[in-house]
Amino acid sequence: MTTETLAPFDPLADAIAAVDGWPEAVEPVREPGPSPEPASEGAAATRDILIIDYSGDLEKVWATMILASTSAAMGVRTRVFVTFWGLQVFVKDSKRITGENWMQKMMSAMQRPGISHRKLSKMNFFGMGPWMMGRLAKQYGVASPKELLEAAQALGVEFIPCQMTMDMFGLKPEDMIEGMGEPAGAATVIGLMTDNSTPLFI
Amino acid sequence: MAVIEITQRIDARGLSCPMPIVKTAQAVKVLPSGAAIELVATDAGSVKDVAAWCKTTGNTLVEQTSDGAVYRFVIVLK
Repeated sequence: MTTETLAPFDPLADAIAAVDGWPEAVEPVREPGPSPEPASEGAAATRDILIIDYSGDLEKVWATMILASTSAAMGVRTRVFVTFWGLQVFVKDSKRITGENWMQKMMSAMQRPGISHRKLSKMNFFGMGPWMMGRLAKQYGVASPKELLEAAQALGVEFIPCQMTMDMFGLKPEDMIEGMGEPAGAATVIGLMTDNSTPLFI
Repeated sequence: MAVIEITQRIDARGLSCPMPIVKTAQAVKVLPSGAAIELVATDAGSVKDVAAWCKTTGNTLVEQTSDGAVYRFVIVLK
């Protein structure tokens, strides 16, 4: 029986061995070039806001719309990535059944799409909860999610639908409300987060 | 003190957060730099919110008064 002794795979040791002599302690070279912060502008540049609207629950959609419209009103570039149950919010109110196969159709039958047909995650009571919320909102001058959505769109909030969820639910671009952005995926979201966006997951 | 001439008045009375700010932002989009707006609101939260909006957008809150439940703000656009 022969045993073969393999040299341990250690690229770091190999790299050190390849260097002639012991390397001097070198300070990491800092390029004097572009500094991370804009030099001449007094205040730090405002970061973008990226809201991931995952939920289709009335109270969370409401929060999404309030924050998105406010963010845009404050002059911050605002994007809302709509995915999973959140995508149902951006289907036209007039659509009742969406999808191509029986499962997709049944899913839409079980939860009516559209921003005006949201249910509360708690105290829904077959629509009694949302009805009371709507009445209270009107009484206290709180804008409805639909009104806030219109304001957000007017202020330039970009709503980006998730392509994967659209495929899974069988949603077509014509099912969605007017003014939606180009569908995108997770890499776009992560790309924005690592770039210049403060993310919010709702 | 110089009298500020109001370019536009925004009536956000009876509207709750975030509509006073949203209405203001929609109104100022078409206004030139240096224009002065007067915002009246009944939302008590607008006292802090208008100041925060001015700070972030770079506009100047030059006057802030309250008459009981009505808040009045004068903002000069940058």
